[in-house]
Formats: sequence, C-alpha cells, structure tokens
Amino acid sequence: MNIFYRLSLLIPLFSLLTHAQVQLVGTGATFPAVIYSKWFDEYRNTTGIQINYQPIGSGGGIRQIIEGTVDFGASDGPMTDRQLSDAKSKQGTGILHIPTVMGAVVVCYHIPGLGKGLNLDSRALSDIYIGRITMWDDPYIKNLNPESNLPHRAVLVAHRSDGSGTTFIFTDYLSKISSEWASKIGRGTSVNWPVGLGGKGNDGVAGLVKQTEGSVGYVELAYAIKNNIPYADIKNQSGYFIEPTFSSVSAAAMAASVNMPSDLRVSITDPPGKGSYPISGFTWLLVYQNMKNETKAKALVNFLKWAMSRGQALAAGLYYVPLPASIIKLCNNKINLITANGKKIK
Amino acid sequence: MKHRNYFLYRKKTTNVIMMSLTVIAALAAVIPLFLIFYYTLSKGIAYLNLNFFIAMPKPVGEPGGGMANAIVGTLILIGIGGAIGIPVGIMTGTYLSEFGKNKFGFMVRFLTDVLSGVPSIVVGVVAYTMVVIPMKHFSALAGGIALGILMIPTITRTTEEMIKLVPHSLREAGLALGIPKWKTTIAIVLRTAWKGIATGVLLGLSRAAGETAPLLFTALGNRFWSTKIMQPIASLTVYIYDYSKSPFEDWNQQAWTAALVLIILISVLSLLFRFVTRSKYKSD
Amino acid sequence: MVKRLNNHFSQNIGDLIFEKLTLLFAVSVFLLVILMGYEMYLGSKISIQKFGFSFLFNSSWDPVQEVYGALPIIYGTVVSSILSLLIAVPLSIGVAIFLAEVAPSWLEKPVSFLVELLAGIPSVIYGLWGIFVLVPWLRNSFEPWLADKFGYLPFFRGAPYGFGMLAAVMILTIMLLPIISSISRDVLKAVPRSRREAALALGATKWQSTLIVLKDAKSGILGASMLGLGRAIGETMAVTMVIGNRSLISTSLFDPSYTMASVIANEFTEATSQMYLSSLIELALVLFIITIIINAFARILVWSMSRKWSAA
Repeated sequence: MNIFYRLSLLIPLFSLLTHAQVQLVGTGATFPAVIYSKWFDEYRNTTGIQINYQPIGSGGGIRQIIEGTVDFGASDGPMTDRQLSDAKSKQGTGILHIPTVMGAVVVCYHIPGLGKGLNLDSRALSDIYIGRITMWDDPYIKNLNPESNLPHRAVLVAHRSDGSGTTFIFTDYLSKISSEWASKIGRGTSVNWPVGLGGKGNDGVAGLVKQTEGSVGYVELAYAIKNNIPYADIKNQSGYFIEPTFSSVSAAAMAASVNMPSDLRVSITDPPGKGSYPISGFTWLLVYQNMKNETKAKALVNFLKWAMSRGQALAAGLYYVPLPASIIKLCNNKINLITANGKKIK
Repeated sequence: MKHRNYFLYRKKTTNVIMMSLTVIAALAAVIPLFLIFYYTLSKGIAYLNLNFFIAMPKPVGEPGGGMANAIVGTLILIGIGGAIGIPVGIMTGTYLSEFGKNKFGFMVRFLTDVLSGVPSIVVGVVAYTMVVIPMKHFSALAGGIALGILMIPTITRTTEEMIKLVPHSLREAGLALGIPKWKTTIAIVLRTAWKGIATGVLLGLSRAAGETAPLLFTALGNRFWSTKIMQPIASLTVYIYDYSKSPFEDWNQQAWTAALVLIILISVLSLLFRFVTRSKYKSD
Repeated sequence: MVKRLNNHFSQNIGDLIFEKLTLLFAVSVFLLVILMGYEMYLGSKISIQKFGFSFLFNSSWDPVQEVYGALPIIYGTVVSSILSLLIAVPLSIGVAIFLAEVAPSWLEKPVSFLVELLAGIPSVIYGLWGIFVLVPWLRNSFEPWLADKFGYLPFFRGAPYGFGMLAAVMILTIMLLPIISSISRDVLKAVPRSRREAALALGATKWQSTLIVLKDAKSGILGASMLGLGRAIGETMAVTMVIGNRSLISTSLFDPSYTMASVIANEFTEATSQMYLSSLIELALVLFIITIIINAFARILVWSMSRKWSAA
C-alpha cells in the first residue's frame, strides 16, 4: 500500500507550490493571438499579473463569456443582439466590446512557381469558395492575372473548422458583395462550407496552406507574413487591386469609423475609398460591464488602459494595425464604464 | 500415386503460403511502430535540451522556449486523476471480488466495462457540463476529474483480477486466526495483491498521461507557470496538438520533442510496471 | 463472555463498515455512468425536441441557419471505422496467428511487447505523425499514384489534399492493429493445446490445425474486432488531425470528412448558441449509446468464449 500513500501525499504538495496572485483567464479569437500573447507576456513582465489567453476561436470567446467560465472573451466578429441578451440573462450584466487592434484578412495561396501578387476580385473569391472555380488556370483568374503563369492544378480550398472571427470577417465581406453567397451560405463565425478542408485556428489554416501545394486559404495578415506565405491583392469598391498593408487597412478603418455606432460593433469590410483594403476588421475584447471580483476587475481595467497606450506601440512590429486615435478615445470611454459590484474602479 | 503427391504438395504449399502471410502481417504491424518511433526520436531529439524542461513557452511565433509548465501540468493532472481514480478503482474492485457475486455486482462489472469503452472526448463533454459550467471556471481540477473517470475501469478490473489470484488458503488462514474479514482483506489479501494492483494503477496513470481529448475543454491550457488546481493548466498532449497544427516551424519541432518527452514519461511508467510485475513473480 | 461478545460484535461492525464502504464506491461508479448518460440527455434536450430523429438523417450541419443534421458526420464515422476495421482485422488475425502459433517463444515475447507498446502510444502522437509524415506522403506520392492507376473508380477522384478519409482510415488501421491482435492472440492461446495436438497427430499441417483453432476462437476474435470498432468510432485526436474536418458525404476517399468525435473536439468550446451546443451534446450522447451497444456486444462475445473454455 505504501506507494499509494506516497502518491496521495504528492497531491497536497503540488498545491503548496501555488502562490496567491491575480490570474485572469480569457479565451477566444486566434486572429489577434500573436499580439495578445506578446501583450500578456510583456504585461506580466512589467506588472506580474498573469493573463492566460487560450486562442480557441472567436466562437469560443463568445460562448465562454456567455457561460461565465472566463474573465474576458475575445472575438473578431461582434456578438449578435441575441447573444448579448443571452449573456445578460445568464450573467446579469451587459457586455462591452472593446476594439484592441485591427487586422486584415488576407487570401493566401501556395501555387508552385508563383510568388507574391496574385490578383483576385470578389467574384473570383466567391466562386472559389462556392466551388465553381476549381483549377488555378481558370479563364476568370487568368483574365485577372494576364502576366502570371498559372499552372493547371486543382485549387485546394482551406477554411476554418472552428468558430472564427476571421471567418466572420471573410464571410461578411463575401455576403456584402455576392447575393448568392448571402442567400446560400451567409455570414457567421462558422458556416456550412460548400467546399474545402477545415483547419483549426488561423494557425491551422496557415499550416494547411503552407504544407499543401495548390491551396488557397484566408488568414490574418500576421500569420501570412510570419510564415512567408504569399497573399493576393484584392480589388476594392473603387476598382483598384489593393495589397493589404497598414495604410490600406487604416484607410478602411478611417472610412468606416465616420459613423461608428455607440457600442463599437462595426463592420469595416468592403469600405469606400480608393486605397482601402476590402477585407479587414476590428478585433474586440469582450468584457463584463460589471464584474464580481474587484481585484480582477482592477487588473483587467489596468491592462486595457495599458493596451490602449503602450500596447498599441507593439502592434506594428507584429503586423497588426494600431487603432486610430479617435477610436482609442472611444475605447477609453468604454473602459471607464467597467465596474466591480456596481462600484467604479479607481 | 502421382495424384496423392499432388494433394500433399498442395497441402504443403498452402501451409507455407499461409504461414508466410502471418509473418508478413506481423511485419506490417511492427513497421508502423518503427516508423513512428523513428520519426519521434529523430525529429524530437533535435530540440531536446535542458531548456525544454526548465524554460517557459515564448509568445506566439517567437522561437525558443520550453515546456516546463506543461511537464509539471501533465504530472499534476495525472496526480489529481489518480487521487480520484485510484481509491475509487481499488475500492470498487475490492467490492466486486469480495462481495460482488450478485446482480448488483454484475451490473457494476458491466458498467465499468462500458466505461472503459466510452470515448474519452465524451468524458470531456461530461466534465465540462458537470464541473466547468457549475464552477464557472476551466480548471486543472476539471481536467483531473475527467482523467480520473477514465482511470477507474482499468484500476477496478485489475484490482478485481489480482485479488482473485490471491490463494484462498491465505484468506482462510487469516479468518482461522479469528481476524475479522475486513482486516484479513486489507492486511492479507490486498497486501498480497498490491503489486498486481500497482501495475493496474501504473497502466491507468500512463494512459491518462497520454489523453488529449478530455483536456481540451476542461483543463484548457495555460501559457504561464501555474500549479493551482482551480486555474487552467498546461499539458504536454494539448501542447502537441496545438503546436502540430501551427504554421510556425519552431513549434512543429517542439511538438515532436514534446511527443518524445511524453513517450519517455509513459515508458518510464510502463518500465516501472514491468519491474513491479517481474519482482512479483520472483517472490512467488 | 461479555468481552468476547463485544469482540464479536465489533468484528461484525468492522465487516459491515468495510462492506458498506466498498459498496459505496461501487455504487458511485454505478451512479457515475448513469449520471453521465442523464447529464448528456439533459444537455441535448432542446436539440432532441427541435430536430427529433431528423437529427440523424438530415445532412446539413449549418450553424448560420441553426439547422443541425448529423448524417454526414455519422457517415464519416461509420465509413472510417468500417474501412479501417476491414483492413485491420485480417492483418491482426495474421499477427495473432504468428504470435500464438508460429513464432518461437524467443521471438514471440519481444514482438508481443512491441505490439503492446504500440497500443500504449497516445493518439495525439499518431496524429502528429499523421500530419507530418503520412499526409505529405499521401498527397505527393500515394494519392496521385492511386488517381493515375485507379482514377476510373469513384473512390479515388478529386483533388489529392492528403488530409481526408484515406488518411483517417490509414491512421485508424495502424491504431487498431495492436488492440485487435493482442486480444486475438490471448483468445487463440486460450484454446487448449489438445485441440492442436489432435489435429497434428492426424497428419494435419500447421495451417490446418490453425484453422481448427481459429474456428474455436471465432467468437472471441469477433469480440476483439468489436472492441476495435468501439475504439475506432470514438477515436478523436488522431482522426481530427488528419481527416480534413468538413461534413460531407462523398464516395471519394480523397475528400475530407468528419467524425462525431472530431466535430465535438473542434466545435464544442466555440458553439455560440444554445441550440448549437445542445446539438453537439446530442452527438456525444449518440456516441455514448453506440459505444455502449458495441461494447456490450463485444464483452458478451469474449465472455462466452472464455466461459466455453473454462467450463471445458
């Protein structure tokens, strides 16, 4: 029996190793996971507060904040009114959407013998994802890329298998520009894909595209750049092929932020403007307006303020687009609304 | 005469062919094992260094770092699992062998068999709805409970089998000395069978160490050093899963190394298992 | 006298407490399994009420429209398990015969050990190997070759993703082999030596005597295969990592597919609506019930086998 005694003695020993310090738990979008993990690492180094973020997908962020199993959620698709009322009835408090950074969803591809600079437009994209365009040398794609030497290879479509804000931004765009897409498939954090392979997370899709010749997928810009996967220039409303860059995403944000709704839930896909990249979006942290634990509330508010100032400076280095100053102001107003048991946070 | 020889010949050829086929089947079964071991070893060893065991993971996309938290996390998870699975398994096994020759015993035996066949992901779903949702928190505890449930069948059945192997004479000797049945069972029967039971426990622990699916939505994961049982916790298996589908080559590398470390961990447990069983036969 | 009575009394008390204590744990295991089923029934109630049996026969899994039909997922689960079983069972029987009848004991022990070791490798490691070794090989060599030679068959059409049904079937086969062969070997060994000796004495070849043993062991091997089937249906990580994850009914083995366990692994934490979550829990319930049935059947077969020979 001795062994069992010894084994059971080990367990309290493990818990003795614990230290009493604040730990926040959040789950959600994989789209901003690269910058969030950098932020949380930096923030721990400066303040000692651990923020454990698990990128399980935007759908997961929304689900878990409704269930109250996390301290905050994260999503690239805003919560629907129905989800907000669900959360209100389950958790007894409203949910605030705080934009943190912006990012572009890029259409990345892996075509042997073809580097950067494939041109695509909305129709090509929706046809690829509906399954009408199946070969890379399809006349329609050839027509958009007269100079490129497109191989006679099957188009291997990759999409997300999990609930994802990246999917939301992408399908939101396709729904805006294709009525067929809007009626048949629609927009959402997960949709019923007509073709393709499912990868879990932005990293999963980037991994699929990187490992698979002839593939095409949609991921957050940072994932494409960090992995050296080429991505396409997309034709915008004004008829220009735009490369996703800081300035083209900022241009989209500026164009869209003119009429920003008060709850900051805004879609900036397919924006007007000559230089706007058409498939981009905000990513939000989802936080309870009234938190039950004061220490946690304080830690979260301080972190959010840090993210709006020091955090923004870290964004560019990781290929995320910092928020324009006008939006940061709106965010700080929102952050000040967070309370702990009804009391203001000092 | 020729006719007869032909049949004999055919009979012999069939024999040779069929016997060779079984050899080929055995080779076919062993080759994937070698391939998996070969790749895990050759790819895993490239990254295997001290840092892997003592350093923390780096932020997403930054190369380097280790999995100290995941190694400790896996140990804590199987510790919690063991704290639940071992007592429940041993006590239930004892019940089955000592008092279980009735309808209820039959039902319990059947249900433990059923439990051993339930997919681990289903246990994860149940642990999420029964532990995570009511406690409003992903936690090492929830993951440990899921692992504990998964350990119960193995430990229960081994305990029952091992107690049955204890010679009746030993038990009768105890009873004849006027020792009450419960003391006989604990002091003589369980004591004699403990090595066998320990093998079941080790088997259960090593299987639990390799589980991924039930941890995905219970223990969740953690990129920091955390040993609190009420907080999400990292584990080697979840890291392997996350890092294997990652586009970052450095992480793919680390997934192989984590796989190697996990196999070493499980092998150590199963070597212990072999060692314990061997010494059992020696002493007999 | 009083002292002895007392002693006797305390003995009984001790026995009683001991019995009830172990009973308590046995009851807890009993309740646990019942509770698991009940909890999943509760969780899936709203989906069961809304979709009824159409949940099993509808082929659209559409979170936007909030319509959940599990047919393609059940199809993927059944096809991947059955195909892998069709390959794994004959191979495993071969391995079992090799181990129990052919191999000399110096070879049998290490090979058995290796086979059991293979059974102990965590499934996530099979998946890891699948992603980085098996899938690229399928995509670059095996699938194009199949398409070239057998492309006229409906099973080998479409784009060679590498990820897909074929990869899942191969991984499952590799995982099932050690499980089925080690149980089958035990079953073969349980057949009394006298059966073999009798056949050999009558001038039968090794193969002929093995056939007799196989006939005796039929139900046990069937039971082992059923246990393998249960394992294949519930296998999660390795399959999720290579199957391509899309609910689709297709005859082509190159196409991606989905299984019940992999849907749950991918979508469970992120189901955004109550109905979505409920449908996923219903999938878990279906999986639970299927594995109960399969396991019950398998155990009955294995039991009947062992009873047959322990009685003889």
